[in-house]
Amino acid sequence: MIAKRQIAQVESFGRWYFRRARLRWLVLVAALLFLNGCGGFQSVLNPGGPQSEHISRLWWFMLFVSTAVFLLVMISLWLAVNSRTKPTNSSPEKETVGTKGRKGLIVILATGVTVAILFAFMVDSFLVGRGLTAELERKQGLNIEITGHQWWWEVRYQDVDASSIFTTANEIHIPVGVPVTFSLKASDVIHSFWVPNLHGKKDLIPGKISTIWLQADRPGVYRGQCAEYCGHQHAHMALWIFAEPLEQFDAWRRAQIQSAVSPASASEQKGQQVFLSSACVMCHAINGTPAGANFGPNLTHLATRKTIAAATLANDRSHLQQWVDDSQQVKPGNRMPANKLRPEDMQALLDYLQSLK
Amino acid sequence: MYLRNLKLSGTSAALGMVAVLLLASCKRETRNFDPSPMGQQKVVMSDLQPGATKPSPERNPVEENATALSDGKRLFSQYNCTGCHANGGGAIGPALMDEKWIYGSEPENIYATIVEGRPNGMPSFRNKISDYQIWELSAYVRSLSGQIRKDVAPGRSDDMNAHPSEQRVERKTPEQSAIPKAAEQP
Repeated sequence: MIAKRQIAQVESFGRWYFRRARLRWLVLVAALLFLNGCGGFQSVLNPGGPQSEHISRLWWFMLFVSTAVFLLVMISLWLAVNSRTKPTNSSPEKETVGTKGRKGLIVILATGVTVAILFAFMVDSFLVGRGLTAELERKQGLNIEITGHQWWWEVRYQDVDASSIFTTANEIHIPVGVPVTFSLKASDVIHSFWVPNLHGKKDLIPGKISTIWLQADRPGVYRGQCAEYCGHQHAHMALWIFAEPLEQFDAWRRAQIQSAVSPASASEQKGQQVFLSSACVMCHAINGTPAGANFGPNLTHLATRKTIAAATLANDRSHLQQWVDDSQQVKPGNRMPANKLRPEDMQALLDYLQSLK
Repeated sequence: MYLRNLKLSGTSAALGMVAVLLLASCKRETRNFDPSPMGQQKVVMSDLQPGATKPSPERNPVEENATALSDGKRLFSQYNCTGCHANGGGAIGPALMDEKWIYGSEPENIYATIVEGRPNGMPSFRNKISDYQIWELSAYVRSLSGQIRKDVAPGRSDDMNAHPSEQRVERKTPEQSAIPKAAEQP
């Protein structure tokens, strides 16, 4: 009884659905929006470099073939069901040897096709894997060392010239069209480096250096995220990759190599004193000052970054204040203790931090 | 009938004990997301504190918490305690894993040592380390000589082991040690 009523309900919904063109229009828009979501700054389907192109090509290939197989199966199912509804005189006992043989042939054929498709998938994914690692051999270009911490990314630009090595955090600038080698390390637990627009995942394992090579062919901003559960704030461990034209990248790099600017105004000077005489100095470094601890992010050029707290908050004054004052309210469990400074000290400190261009 | 009742009460007692144990183990691993902020660090002691262990109303709030102890272990190297005390065996600073205590072995003595500093080298970390982290460090320092419950003390190191884990350390009875000649005030 209930089942009948449900069927009736479903049928009436179906009729209503097909009558209402507007609804179909809405569904279409929703689908387009969904596809648009695939084209974003953190998406495998919007490749920005050669590796991710390999990966997304394989993905589309698998999607198309699987869709075709699905449609084929649905059509044959529909045909099979439909042929049952036709009134025929044939019964199982009446099956002749001939029809049995034909059915057997169809089963064998379908199995063969399935095996062939899976084999094609395997060969293609093998070729893609080969492509990804073969290109890893090209080691010229930039070398960046990434260290995963709970819960942020330490980024160190290596150079043969020791005075050109510098450290930053969470925001990685790379030149367009230049292969970049990332050496991945971890300081505490296993993390995973994943910038979907540029490459697949690679784990950061304590006590081991793993390497990933990637290249951005289009300028742009790509978001990455830790892809291996690493503790309470795993979800707030993001990073940005800024792919820029070579000249722009070089300018950025030259600026980053410099020591921090010395405080100009009285307030900034006071802020520096606050920084050096409070808990900040125990974990953070500002090159060019006595602050040299390397346990928290390097703050030498903090004001040039777009975000703070591993790409969790926009880098503006109110967020900085919130973060310094009690970061546990923003990212509970993170390693930074709350700092209840006097209001005038806090304002001076913020002035100083915002001057670190 | 009497026997059956006895049996039942025995079962419920056992269940109760299991519940208590479970609760205790929960507390052991509690992670405090909102610890006390950097405040005024009140402990003030004279430089000439000879090391007698004065009872203090302030007790270490984290002494029975395994999470805090392992945080303390992490901070011990991150705040460079290892720079002078090595991994507890001592270098240019005194050893922390033996039974000798110059300035007292109670948690509040260690807290005071970290906040105030001590003559002849131990710097003061007043306003540089937040309160709860100093308590974590104090608890960890005590675990180095086995003053902390075994199920709370850290069981492993992230890096290569410099010594057996704190969990395996036999408790050493604290002894008062004289202030080294070099550390005496003129």
